[in-house]
Amino acid sequence: MSEVKQNKPTSPAVQTTGHAWDGDIQEFNNPLPRWWLWSFYATVVFALVYWVFYPAWPVGRSFTTGMFNTITFKVDGKEKTMHWNTRALLVKDMQEGEESVKQRKHMQEVAAASFEQIQSDSKMMQFTRAVGKTLFADNCAACHGAGGAGVVGLFPNLVDDDWLWGGSFQDIQTTLRNGHHGFMPAFRKTFTDAQMDDVVEYVLSLSGQAVDQARVSRGSVLFNGQGGGCYYCHTHAGTGMKSVGSANLTDSIWTIANVPAQKDIDGKRAVIREVIRNGVNRQMPAWKTRLSDNDIKILTVYVHSLGGGK
Amino acid sequence: MAEPAQEDILYQGRIPIYPRSVQGRYRRIKWGILILAYGVYFLLPWLRWSREVGPQQAVLFDIHDRLFYLFDLVVFPQDMFWLAGLLIIAAFLLFFVTGIAGRVFCGYFCFQTLWTDVYIFIEHLVQGERPARIRLDNAPWNAHKIVKKGTTHLLWLLVSFLTGLSFTLYWGDAPQLVLEFFTGHAPFPAYATTLFLTLTTYVMAGLAREQVCTYMCPYARFQSIMFDQDTLIVAYDENRGDGQAGRAKLGKGLKTREERTASGVGDCIDCGFCVQVCPTGIDIRNGLQLQCISCALCVDACDTIMDNLGWPRGLVRYASERNLEGGKTRIVKPKTIGYGLILLAAIGMLVWSVASQSKLDMAVGQIRNPLYVVLSDGRIQNSYEIKLNNKSEHSVDISLVIEGLANAELDLGKIDKITLDPQANLSLYVLVKLHPAPGETGQIPFHFVARTLNTKPQIVDSKEALFSIRSGS
Repeated sequence: MSEVKQNKPTSPAVQTTGHAWDGDIQEFNNPLPRWWLWSFYATVVFALVYWVFYPAWPVGRSFTTGMFNTITFKVDGKEKTMHWNTRALLVKDMQEGEESVKQRKHMQEVAAASFEQIQSDSKMMQFTRAVGKTLFADNCAACHGAGGAGVVGLFPNLVDDDWLWGGSFQDIQTTLRNGHHGFMPAFRKTFTDAQMDDVVEYVLSLSGQAVDQARVSRGSVLFNGQGGGCYYCHTHAGTGMKSVGSANLTDSIWTIANVPAQKDIDGKRAVIREVIRNGVNRQMPAWKTRLSDNDIKILTVYVHSLGGGK
Repeated sequence: MAEPAQEDILYQGRIPIYPRSVQGRYRRIKWGILILAYGVYFLLPWLRWSREVGPQQAVLFDIHDRLFYLFDLVVFPQDMFWLAGLLIIAAFLLFFVTGIAGRVFCGYFCFQTLWTDVYIFIEHLVQGERPARIRLDNAPWNAHKIVKKGTTHLLWLLVSFLTGLSFTLYWGDAPQLVLEFFTGHAPFPAYATTLFLTLTTYVMAGLAREQVCTYMCPYARFQSIMFDQDTLIVAYDENRGDGQAGRAKLGKGLKTREERTASGVGDCIDCGFCVQVCPTGIDIRNGLQLQCISCALCVDACDTIMDNLGWPRGLVRYASERNLEGGKTRIVKPKTIGYGLILLAAIGMLVWSVASQSKLDMAVGQIRNPLYVVLSDGRIQNSYEIKLNNKSEHSVDISLVIEGLANAELDLGKIDKITLDPQANLSLYVLVKLHPAPGETGQIPFHFVARTLNTKPQIVDSKEALFSIRSGS
């Protein structure tokens, strides 16, 4: 493209396409540079070479896996070599990559520290929370929600400071390792309707929301005596027992009967009545066979820090 | 109309150009800019800078640790929008200059031009002036040709290797990296980058040359949009050079200007010097062309001839279309004013932003799932993720408090000392607990305030956040 060019289109040295638009508008038909053409050929050659060295073409039920191109990584301590593929690259990176090595170092640090040590070290907390967030999302969020807020009536809220089974590090770790069976008997056959009304009113009085005092005093007898026996699990004070996972009826937090959401006293009575009539029967899986000890430890710290660990 | 005579040629090889050397004002300016640019490019990585924390190199782009060092300034990833500002300024500067002076960027500063200039200089050094180079190319392959050509290409490779290596040195500590490079211990990207740039420099400046400007560079294609009647271009004064009867070589009865004017012939003596010096191989007497990079070597060439003849300079000169038609070039026009104002604004904003970079940076993110939670004593709790960034070269201790939220408690867990390493960041999860007033719902704005405890002067960063109380109850 270095010939001396005229820009008067009537000169015979310039090739035009041979057509004129609008009387005198013509279009040049300059030759393409040859290096351009040969660069294109070079890309074709590159593609052919690439097909030889990397996985490329499906063949029957398999595919061409690439020649002279393998990846070696460790499986269960033994070395394994296979054809080039990105999954093996990932495994190798997770084993040898710089960031993987750093992560393993942090994990060992956390494994060696106590709960209290982790809790008071801002850097260890940052790491633990980051790992815990992912573990939680993978394992716990299906029931307890992405943020741990749970579902009223089904799965407890982990963000508040009320713990059915105890909120210390040890308690949370035990819960995670062994799971829990949350059980309250169904009392529909035990009480008459009038007795039910009394017990419901007494339960409301424990958190200061009762209205009918006559019912409260009759309900107290049933709750705290052999008639109902509620105090066996919920204790005379109504604060619950963490060994059986019974709820604290005196605070503002309701995980099964959605009392705070009710508009009036009748609504509140209704939801509490349902729980007493039907009981509670729910399960949390045991994780000790599914997650490593260190993972459980990290999750313990994570859950504890969410909002109300004791 | 149609031109059916020629067969359609689909592809053609590059026709080699042998620019003749020339001396003159613009040639000197070009050499000056080249020496300045090369000086900066090749020597800057070697400049040392003492820092308390970080490398001892003045200009270093540390990809691995995500920090760019520019003398006293450390650019963090959060400051990446400065690069956007820089690119905006570069773009508008280009438009501003092009509107006034055309493609002077191409002819004087573009790296393609700078390196091609050096390569042509090497060619000249080894192979001689234009006629000698043409002769050598047409000669058969004998020992002499092999030596000349071989030396030229070896010197080209040396320059491109130094170019590639210098580029790589911006990304690591120069003395150490050079040592590692030549003992085989440099990281793989260093070798890959140097090799890649060596090859591309060699190909682009040695082999491709004006093909880049003509075929590859987009700037060549949209130059016409940025020009107007007042833009300075390299122009051949057709009225003066061609006269009425056209150009004519010096000959009988056409030696002096008076004789030539009398015959109606112009000042152009058709010596062809301007064509011989052009690095893109055009004839500027045909007018402004796609390939012209505004390097003004043809101006120098014609001025030299005019000086020799004792005639006035400027037959080929920088002129605007308006000027060629007899008018006066307007430099101050809406385009200039517009681009100039934008440029000033952008530069002002960038300078202000860089100057006001705080050494402590805080970002507050509200945890939205769940937005709030009721505690056992009836209080409402919101949680936040606070990201603290220490941009200084020292460890800092931080105090974190909330302001503007009555009767609220900030719970940092069991962390009583927040310490940040130099040039490090930290993520904290904090809880804010509040007894809402009866009937209070919605969102209450308040502030997180971070203060350094051990720096002089104290740095404070305050960020707004919202406390959410559930509606209804």
